[in-house]
Amino acid sequence: MTETLSSDEPQAGIPEYPMRRAQGCPFDPPPTLRDEQEKGPLTKVRLWDGSRPWLVTRYAEQRALLADPRVSADITRPGYPSQSSSRSNSIGFILMDDPEHARLRRMVTAPFTIKRTEALRPRVQQIVDDLIDDMLAGPNPVDLVESFALPVPSLVICDLLGVPYADHDFFQDNSKTIINRDSTDEQRAGALGRLAEYLDRLVGEKLDRPSEDLLSQLAARVGAGELPRGEAARIGVLLLIAGHETTANMIALGTLALLQHPEQLTALRETQDPKLVAGAVEELLRYLHITHSGRRRVALEDIEIAGQVIRAGDGLILPNDIGNRDPRAFSDPDRLDIHRDARHHVAFGFGVHQCLGQPLARMELQVVYSTLYRRMPTLRLAGALEDIPFKHDGSVYGVYELPVAW
Amino acid sequence: MKVTVDEDKCCGAGQCVLLAPEVFDQRDDDGIVVLLDAEPREPLQASVREAADVCPAAAIRLSTP
Repeated sequence: MTETLSSDEPQAGIPEYPMRRAQGCPFDPPPTLRDEQEKGPLTKVRLWDGSRPWLVTRYAEQRALLADPRVSADITRPGYPSQSSSRSNSIGFILMDDPEHARLRRMVTAPFTIKRTEALRPRVQQIVDDLIDDMLAGPNPVDLVESFALPVPSLVICDLLGVPYADHDFFQDNSKTIINRDSTDEQRAGALGRLAEYLDRLVGEKLDRPSEDLLSQLAARVGAGELPRGEAARIGVLLLIAGHETTANMIALGTLALLQHPEQLTALRETQDPKLVAGAVEELLRYLHITHSGRRRVALEDIEIAGQVIRAGDGLILPNDIGNRDPRAFSDPDRLDIHRDARHHVAFGFGVHQCLGQPLARMELQVVYSTLYRRMPTLRLAGALEDIPFKHDGSVYGVYELPVAW
Repeated sequence: MKVTVDEDKCCGAGQCVLLAPEVFDQRDDDGIVVLLDAEPREPLQASVREAADVCPAAAIRLSTP
């Protein structure tokens, strides 16, 4: 006789997380996630350390739990389903709970309001047009990631934060190491340390010579004694990484997805309707869902949901990539359709941690998707889809390179 | 339709301003919601309902007066 196992924790058949995507389906979440979603809204997975947090795969339950104040994002709490053995919070307020999270987040929200973001649109249009001019005047084929997808958001976030763009090799390399799932804890800590040191130096410079950027505003708070200088630097690191890695991957992977769906690309290229462009951005955010490492949380109290009881201290993994493919929330979810209403997607997460920079990301992507294909109407993949290196190893999904010709 | 907002809950994601700019705005200094119209009439009500639904912090409450 084997020992009786409690019914809500079956030992056999618990899949490991993270999971792998299927060969030849680079735009779809791992098939195991779909299988788990069909089994029920809450199942269990096994992590690298043998722990077995809940896996929440359906849209409604993901939203309910991410918005539940009994659910914590604090990585230092026991039970938090950590991605590695490092449990220190080196990345700032995204891994903290309210009220401290809200206090820090509100210090940096001003440049990301809808109004301020809209005011930046002409500047972003200029950046996009200039980079396209350069590509058209340069070699053909070209790597779209290096020549366009990465520079657009890097230039924008550098302007906004007050980081010199000339240092882009330095901060892009370090941020690459931080978000690579295969980096060791030591490598990641080293890269974070270098970026924190760099941002700390910039904050110091802004204390002496303030200008009209976000780091200067944080420096002013440091000067006023409202914010420790180290925390200001951590916030700078967070916004610098989040500000370019995500949008860059949406630009390159979005272009690849559209090239694989030529009728959608044509509709987008030929429209004059900003509403269709905005809708296409929402659909590509839903369909591609690049932050594919699963939102991670820990329960602070017992929570009853979907006929199960999540116990206080249980870890939760909420992969919004499969939530965005839940047929209960989106009809025919595996089809890319820029004409659908996808605005209720959870690509930016849900709850109080929902992406702070989403208005900026939306605007940047609207400018890019409405300009790039119109100005380069013969844009095509230079090479085979099978040869494209995908970021299976990144906590942000995308492509390392995208060779294109026109 | 009567709209109330909870400034303490608001996380400044801006989705309500995007969907219903006639009804919602954001404070300049910290992005927190500002209610412009507490009793919006048709045809604004559908977008206000959508704003309440997608608000990540559940900071928008709707009731019938």
